[in-house]
Amino acid sequence: MDTEEWVDPVEASYVLHLYITGATPNSTRAVRNIKEICEHYLKGRYELLIVDVYQQTGLAQEEQLIGVPTLIKRSPGLVRRLVGDLSDRERVLKALGIIVPSA
Amino acid sequence: MHDYTTLPSTGLPTLPKAPSGIEGLDEITEGGLPLGRPTLICGSAGCGKTLMGIEFLVRGILDHDEPGVLMTFEESAAELAANVASLGFDLPKLQADQKLRLDQVHVDRAEIEETGEYDLEGLFIRLGHAIDAIGAKRVVLDTIEALFSGFPNQGVLRSEIVRLFRWLKDKGVTTIITAERGEGTLTRQGLEEYVSDCVILLDNRVIDQITTRRLRIVKYRGSTHGTNEYPYLITEDGISVLPVTSLLLNHAVSNQIVSSGTPALDEMFGRRGYYQGSSVLITGTAGTAKTTLAATFAHEICRQNQRCLFVAFEESPQQLVRNMQSVSIDLAPYLANGLLRIEATRPTLNGLERHLVTLHKIIKDFKPAAVVIDPISNLISVGNLSEVKSMLTRLIDFLKVNNITALFTALVSGRSLHQELTEDGVSSLVDTWISVRDLEGIGERNRGISILKSRGMSHSNKVREFLVTDQGVQLLDVVVGPGGIVSGAGRLAQQQHEQAQLLTAQQEQQRKDRELERRRRVLEATIGNLRTEFETVEEELRRINDEELTRQQTLVRGKAQFTQPLPLQSKRQSNS
Repeated sequence: MDTEEWVDPVEASYVLHLYITGATPNSTRAVRNIKEICEHYLKGRYELLIVDVYQQTGLAQEEQLIGVPTLIKRSPGLVRRLVGDLSDRERVLKALGIIVPSA
Repeated sequence: MHDYTTLPSTGLPTLPKAPSGIEGLDEITEGGLPLGRPTLICGSAGCGKTLMGIEFLVRGILDHDEPGVLMTFEESAAELAANVASLGFDLPKLQADQKLRLDQVHVDRAEIEETGEYDLEGLFIRLGHAIDAIGAKRVVLDTIEALFSGFPNQGVLRSEIVRLFRWLKDKGVTTIITAERGEGTLTRQGLEEYVSDCVILLDNRVIDQITTRRLRIVKYRGSTHGTNEYPYLITEDGISVLPVTSLLLNHAVSNQIVSSGTPALDEMFGRRGYYQGSSVLITGTAGTAKTTLAATFAHEICRQNQRCLFVAFEESPQQLVRNMQSVSIDLAPYLANGLLRIEATRPTLNGLERHLVTLHKIIKDFKPAAVVIDPISNLISVGNLSEVKSMLTRLIDFLKVNNITALFTALVSGRSLHQELTEDGVSSLVDTWISVRDLEGIGERNRGISILKSRGMSHSNKVREFLVTDQGVQLLDVVVGPGGIVSGAGRLAQQQHEQAQLLTAQQEQQRKDRELERRRRVLEATIGNLRTEFETVEEELRRINDEELTRQQTLVRGKAQFTQPLPLQSKRQSNS
């Protein structure tokens, strides 16, 4: 993977935008999952914004949304887009560049 | 653009349709694409799928005031706008006017990480937002298959695409979905399974190094449609599909007559020329002065101060002008003052459709009163028979609708395809058919001209011999010999023969006159002889008569002397 994402994973603060569509099962699952992940791995150093696209339909085009839910990691490092309900935790963590403490 | 209310109505409710505004397509589909339903346009690369989609939107906006949404998965909005600007489609302006919305869906596999279940609701929201923002009635998705490269989960994709089409239908927007042609299937991802209302297949074929694009309506649920493959073109004005038989035969006709330029030929027609706006075909074997006849006609049109377009497939303008000067047809002045326009191209330069479109364009710009195409048979080197036929049908229809007199020449060579071309293909389309042919006689060839048909007027049934002289085309009177028409040397021989016969007859007459004279003289001589003889006899008789009379008188006198007494005698006796 990209080496720069691993620059300072412990220190970096995360900016995450989650785009959901109302209260669909996928969306609610995604919200629950991301909240868990943030609380578990990024406590105190994350900023999570959850947007209901139904409320701001114009955003869908602006943010180039296709699949929903989509989680966009704005920082640190490169912008990454994660599509799905975030239930595949291993992939989510890898994509977000979170080092899992080997416990 | 077109007025579809004039289409014959069957009285039955028909599927509501949205006119695509694409030239010719609405005629094939009998009105347009299914209104409020999705239509799939599939084809290989370079077929003009995107263009067809964009034209559908732009025409909808300009001609039918139906705003449209273009969702592009491949090209950016700027690229698209630049690509179609050359066709006169001003996408940025339409966007500014809130008539068109462009949404570029960026799909990049590398950026997308699947982390669980998802759906494509984002796409729906974007589309819904765009449609609602401008009240769109038309939507184009170009090319939705790009999603398959971005999202690995095919199951989700397929069910979502099905849902999307259903959703678009519910929205009541007329949609065009473009898709790449697949191996053995209409589309690479089998989208045709999901779009069941109308499927149009575009095809790009190279035959004999000439590319022809063709369009076919694979299916159109709930409607009849043209089932053939129709050639289409991407022209400066967008897509032009060339349907063959769909133009209605209801154009206005003219009662005006135009001269053929050859007075003697005019004489052969009941109304001294061709009807204006009719189509004339001159067929003939090689070297029968078809071009000369055509140029004579063009010259005549220009002489009447009208514009004429001469499409030459065999000669360059300079060559044509020079050659025609040799028979006293001077085209140069008309060429100079713009009344005559000579378009010389090689038939093989373009495909048939391109030729047709070029002609359409020139005719629209130049607005000629007459068009001459010399010769149409050369076009067969570009396409096959039926293609040439359909092209000519369309051309003739176009000219007729515009009341332009058309004159075509065609080379025939007896038993070849060309004969069929003229006989089966074109002759039914043309109004007047003049045949020029060789009359091969004793060691020479002569040209004979005859009228095979002339719709709407009587015409001479004679085969006239015609000469191309220094003074142009001249028709000679018919000379009929014992074996039919005679021409050239035969004609001369026949004339001499007739003269000799005449002379003989005259001499015979004179001889008879002289004979009679002689007879009369003989008769008169005989009469003279007889008369002389008669006179002799008469004289003789008269002489005999006189003698008899004299004799009798003498006799009478003698008798009297005997019966009387003779005093004198007695006296004399007494004295003695």
